[in-house]
Amino acid sequence: MSIKDLEKIFLDKIEKEIKIEPKDWMPEQYRKTLIRQISQHAHSEVVGMLPEGNWITRAPTLKRKAILLAKVQDEAGHGLYLYSATETLGVSREQTINDLHSGKAKYSSIFNYPTLTWADIGAIGWLVDGAAILNQVMLCRTSYGPYARAMVRICKEESFHQRQGFEILLTLSRGTDVQKAMCQDAVNRWWWPSLMMFGPHDSESTHSEQSTQWKIKRMSNDELRQKFVDMIAEQAKILNVTLPDPELKWNPERNHYDFGEINWEEFWNVVKGNGPCNKQRLDARRKAWQEGEWVRQAAAVHAEKRKARETQQVA
Amino acid sequence: MSNNRQILSDYVLHLADNALILGQRNSEWCGHGPVLEQDIAITNISLDLIGQARSLYQYAAQLIGNGATEDRLAYLRDAREFRNCLLVELPRGDWAVTTLRQFFFSAYQMLLFQQMLHSSDTTLAAIAEKSLKEVTYHVRWSSEWVIRLGDGTEESHNRMENALADLWAFTGELFVPSDYEKSVADNGIGVDVSSLKDNWLQKVQDVFNEATLTIPTTTWFQSGGKEGIHTEHLGYLLADLQFLQRAYPGMEW
Repeated sequence: MSIKDLEKIFLDKIEKEIKIEPKDWMPEQYRKTLIRQISQHAHSEVVGMLPEGNWITRAPTLKRKAILLAKVQDEAGHGLYLYSATETLGVSREQTINDLHSGKAKYSSIFNYPTLTWADIGAIGWLVDGAAILNQVMLCRTSYGPYARAMVRICKEESFHQRQGFEILLTLSRGTDVQKAMCQDAVNRWWWPSLMMFGPHDSESTHSEQSTQWKIKRMSNDELRQKFVDMIAEQAKILNVTLPDPELKWNPERNHYDFGEINWEEFWNVVKGNGPCNKQRLDARRKAWQEGEWVRQAAAVHAEKRKARETQQVA
Repeated sequence: MSNNRQILSDYVLHLADNALILGQRNSEWCGHGPVLEQDIAITNISLDLIGQARSLYQYAAQLIGNGATEDRLAYLRDAREFRNCLLVELPRGDWAVTTLRQFFFSAYQMLLFQQMLHSSDTTLAAIAEKSLKEVTYHVRWSSEWVIRLGDGTEESHNRMENALADLWAFTGELFVPSDYEKSVADNGIGVDVSSLKDNWLQKVQDVFNEATLTIPTTTWFQSGGKEGIHTEHLGYLLADLQFLQRAYPGMEW
């Protein structure tokens, strides 16, 4: 079959909403785009463990500690599903992780911001996971089968994460003045970076058009961002917090909230590695990996020894 | 509080503190494990231990009354009032220290809870029953790691030996009963920990045989934790654990 025929079959499947599976023929660029996107997503889960992990030992009650541990553990699990999905495209987990450590692969910039108070754990759940869910709900219908299926599992857990974040903030917002201030401060610091999670404007987004055509992406950055603002602006009322944007206002003609412009200079700066925690996050991941080297090696050597002994016994 | 009740609550706090402090230590690994699967596993164990601690603190709070809650007990007592064994408060160290300590502790906990199933105190018996399922897994997981690292590479073997040198002196305390342990054991509520030692040593010996490790011959063991005389490490652990409740007293979180 010629490449043209293969391409036609591929595009027909996309057209008819039939999932592309690992063994199907796919354009090289489709594969590359997916590897980039899924591995970036996997890294985001794993790096995302760090800012929240920062408060595990200091969680204010045993119940909160247990919930936070379970949540961060879920993220490790999401990382695993996603690394597996990347492997179906022919890249090993080790290779993917090396790309993170060398700085070649990116992860969500949001995790380059520090968690300074307990309220940040609430804000991350509410805003960061809230933004992530919108993206992930869309990805449940993405055209690549293993990615879509991983997303379905992930989405179930993410909605629990967002609720627990909201609940942390709700408790603070009903607490003492100090707690209310802590809550507002965290929202002030996390609001804009959360909006940045949806990426550049559609007009500036380099990968968007082709991804939309291949139905990897099914909503644009700006559409998702608008959806997020509309959702959060309503929930903020329940929390009695203000979102730090003087231009945020309901627009009855558009039937959406209007909102101000993102500080794109900050956005690109953090993407390029100049965020407050870029270096620490990557260093922490590298350190864990390097310090785990002897452990992984010992496990491999022991498994071989064991196998050799078993073969000997059989013989 | 009657004397018996006081002794029982001391005992329950001792059990709870053991679980909490080790759970807290293990939770430091979350996000920093040697490989993702093991990051998940150690976090799981941490979660199990914190779950056990919560059940036990809730029971202790009930016995103590007077407005005690699980969080007050965990967050508002100072180091001298904690009754955990020294073993669980030692720093997490490397993966060898973490897994070997877990093995020592879980093997002890398994024997303890097997006996506690027969406790005349139905709450403790129920907690033991629930915890046993978890602890059985902890023993399996940790003994597999002790074997893997002991019988792995030269480096992993050396690290295991170093871990053993660091930890061994803290294992004796598990089996030397404090006064409150003696009292509850006499009442058929608690477990006589001195009776667990032979079986524990046997289990360690079995695993060490496979791991190509040797039980040290030292006979001097550190103690004091059960009476609130701790290592210098506990204060820092509690400073972290209790920070928010201390800095912002009396608030709901």
